[in-house]
Amino acid sequence: MPVVDDAQIGRVFREESGRCVATLIRIFGDIDTAEDAVQEAFALALRKWPVDGLPPNPGGWITTTARNRAIDHLRREARGRELLAQRLIERADDASGEEVGAVQDDRLRLMFTCCHPALSTEAQIGLTLRLLGGLTTAEVARAFLVAEPTMAKRLIRAKHKIKAAHIPYRVPSEAELPERLRPVLAVLYLIYNAGTGGPSGDGLRQEAIRLARAISRLMPDEAEVAGLLALLLMTESRWAARFAPDGSLVLLRDQDRVLWDRTMIAEGQAIVRACLRRNRPGPYQIQAAINAVHADAASIEATDWGQILALYDQLLAASPTAVVALNRAIALAEVRGPDAALALVDELDLEDYHLFHAARADLLRRLGRPTDAARAYARAADLAPSGAERAFLLGRGDEVGSTANEPSEALRNQSERASGTRTP
Amino acid sequence: MPRYLLSVHTVDGEAREPMTDEQMQHSWQEIQALEAEMKSSGAWVFSARLHDADTATVVRVSNGEVVTTDGPFVEAKEHLGGFYIIEAADLDAALGWASKVTRVISAPIEVWPFVDTAGG
Repeated sequence: MPVVDDAQIGRVFREESGRCVATLIRIFGDIDTAEDAVQEAFALALRKWPVDGLPPNPGGWITTTARNRAIDHLRREARGRELLAQRLIERADDASGEEVGAVQDDRLRLMFTCCHPALSTEAQIGLTLRLLGGLTTAEVARAFLVAEPTMAKRLIRAKHKIKAAHIPYRVPSEAELPERLRPVLAVLYLIYNAGTGGPSGDGLRQEAIRLARAISRLMPDEAEVAGLLALLLMTESRWAARFAPDGSLVLLRDQDRVLWDRTMIAEGQAIVRACLRRNRPGPYQIQAAINAVHADAASIEATDWGQILALYDQLLAASPTAVVALNRAIALAEVRGPDAALALVDELDLEDYHLFHAARADLLRRLGRPTDAARAYARAADLAPSGAERAFLLGRGDEVGSTANEPSEALRNQSERASGTRTP
Repeated sequence: MPRYLLSVHTVDGEAREPMTDEQMQHSWQEIQALEAEMKSSGAWVFSARLHDADTATVVRVSNGEVVTTDGPFVEAKEHLGGFYIIEAADLDAALGWASKVTRVISAPIEVWPFVDTAGG
């Protein structure tokens, strides 16, 4: 009999709890009942599996055990007996009629419930991580830097609204799908990004990728779902190169590309190619394509910036936001020089966005204006959300500040400016 | 079946473009058509338009006595101007009706679930 340890059960929990909770919600029509029962089933697994060995289908074992537990509990209370009788009648109705829509996975239903537009974005993220990711309330709270009681209250309020307002538990119809898919993808992207502050975010990034993968498998016809998965994979492929040994941030241009994860890149690029063939572009697909161009290049100098700029033009047309315009300007600097880019950047209204100041600082540095650059780096560091980013920006600011009085630096930058390219 | 209140708020002294008779006629017809649709589909329970907030009166108990004062209860710029009570299978269905109402009357609609009589 194979030995089962707690870590292994923990892995099963990560992979299966979302599906189990989702299935139990469908059966009992109640989130709390489902959560409690799945929790109990895993507690039982922790006691039984090390003795009896891993069951052949651990997820199935958890679902069956949790369902039986929930029925036991409900039978004990009068209100529960009512609920059970009612649910059993409804289930019988379901079975007699044709199910609407082709997709039957419970996790997908739950994803759409958690990300219903009637819930706040914070609640959407919290519910998704708690119910689909199986994170504890404390873990969700830590990920979003709020106190645990605050997060607990937020989750309780959201679950209460789902119940009281009868937010449905189903995959939206074809007609509603584009509008309803948007918050689902946004939540997954936010979860991924919440995990990019440092190595402590590993779990969040993995969770976002795992859920994006699950959804893209369940909705193979949705190009933007595939696009999001590809974008997450391409971004994640560079993770090992993103931080120096001392924990400071390493920019794309300075990253050791040997550290990039080629397996993830290959998977991401294959998805991007499939998206291109499908020819139904959207913001996530275009961003994935931009990352695919980076992944193709052996170095920053070998990067096809012309193509990246063309993709940013497309992205800006699809989602005309100031942040996209900023990123487009950064790409434009590589094609037409920092002068042209700075002119565009200075028109953007992003005063409170740290990367706006970081981009300005970099362009000013390249234009041989170290004093202005140092000031912009300082402003960026003030606004930076994570320690690693702040440390990086402060370091850059010091570096450029120390060259402010060296005429040679300014001269070198002048010549760069004249040629419109940067010498590495 | 769950019930919802679709409430329409009016803003005091809101400078709205005065409607021409023709526009008013058109808007009224649209509202009538929508209410007919609500009724024929079984969603409509009740609907009403209210007079201005300065016609409201508040009654409350103070020191064991009932005191009547000129209303409304909350001094605010926005007041309940009218409402629909509908029955819908779930929030999505209710939001569907609310979308139709807001298009017709060009004002935001607040969708409130009723507490189920079963205690939900």
